[in-house]
Amino acid sequence: MKLAYFAWVRERIGIAEEEVALPAGVVTVSDLLLWLKGRGETYDAALQAPEIIRVAIDHEHVDHSEPLAGAREIALFPPMTGG
Amino acid sequence: MADTRDSAELAATMYDGGRETGSSAGARAAGGGETGGSVAEPRIEIRVQAGRIDAGAIADSLTGPDAGRGSGSGSGAVSGAVGALVTFTGYCRDEGGRLRALELEHYPGMAEKQMKKIAAEAAVRWPILGLAAIHRYGLIAPGEEIVLVACTSAHRGAAFEAASFLMDYMKTSAPFWKREHLVDGTTGGWVEAKDTDEAAADRWHRL
Repeated sequence: MKLAYFAWVRERIGIAEEEVALPAGVVTVSDLLLWLKGRGETYDAALQAPEIIRVAIDHEHVDHSEPLAGAREIALFPPMTGG
Repeated sequence: MADTRDSAELAATMYDGGRETGSSAGARAAGGGETGGSVAEPRIEIRVQAGRIDAGAIADSLTGPDAGRGSGSGSGAVSGAVGALVTFTGYCRDEGGRLRALELEHYPGMAEKQMKKIAAEAAVRWPILGLAAIHRYGLIAPGEEIVLVACTSAHRGAAFEAASFLMDYMKTSAPFWKREHLVDGTTGGWVEAKDTDEAAADRWHRL
């Protein structure tokens, strides 16, 4: 599945997107954030406060309780500041 | 038969100092019920672009039968149904001379999708005739526009409210992020999201 990162989440992780195979047990957005946080220093830096990270599945905003099943693209980003 | 125009007028009371009578909540409910029946599908234009936004051209396209020529004398053709056009343009500030530019990052695909969704919601809630939402990305210098929303309706209430609603939701749910570029040539930080923006979007849930 494709993960995409934006703004300071992208900067801290150091890449804009990647393909990942999720391990068993990573079922919801919360699980994903926790799993990613443990993948290395850059991920840990980006996900210091996972609760403030906004997540979109296939271009729709979702809560952290949302299941990941069926997702093609999951995006992680900070609260939006456009307009 | 209830009149959509009156509903729009009533919905404007909160911005109008309450001169007109009626509760805004009731007015919105009435207005929402009318849109499907008596008002044609509004014309909705959503764009995400790097280039400058031509507010005049957008206004023309929303008020004219086509993007027809309105000559300097103000004789441009205006569609007979349109009684009100509200446009809002958000500009890049220089923050007291500190800023060289704002850099707008966006999530291509999702940005357009969310803007369309917000526009569709506005079209359900207010009897608008046309709507445009255009957001820029890339480097934007102080004095340049970042975003434009424009709404037309028969009466001003719907256009004012729909434009305000669009902006509030664009700020909190369209995936754009601002980063500062400073006059000394360095890149500053990412602009922090404001609680006041969340609160502004939230108030529409309470109406």
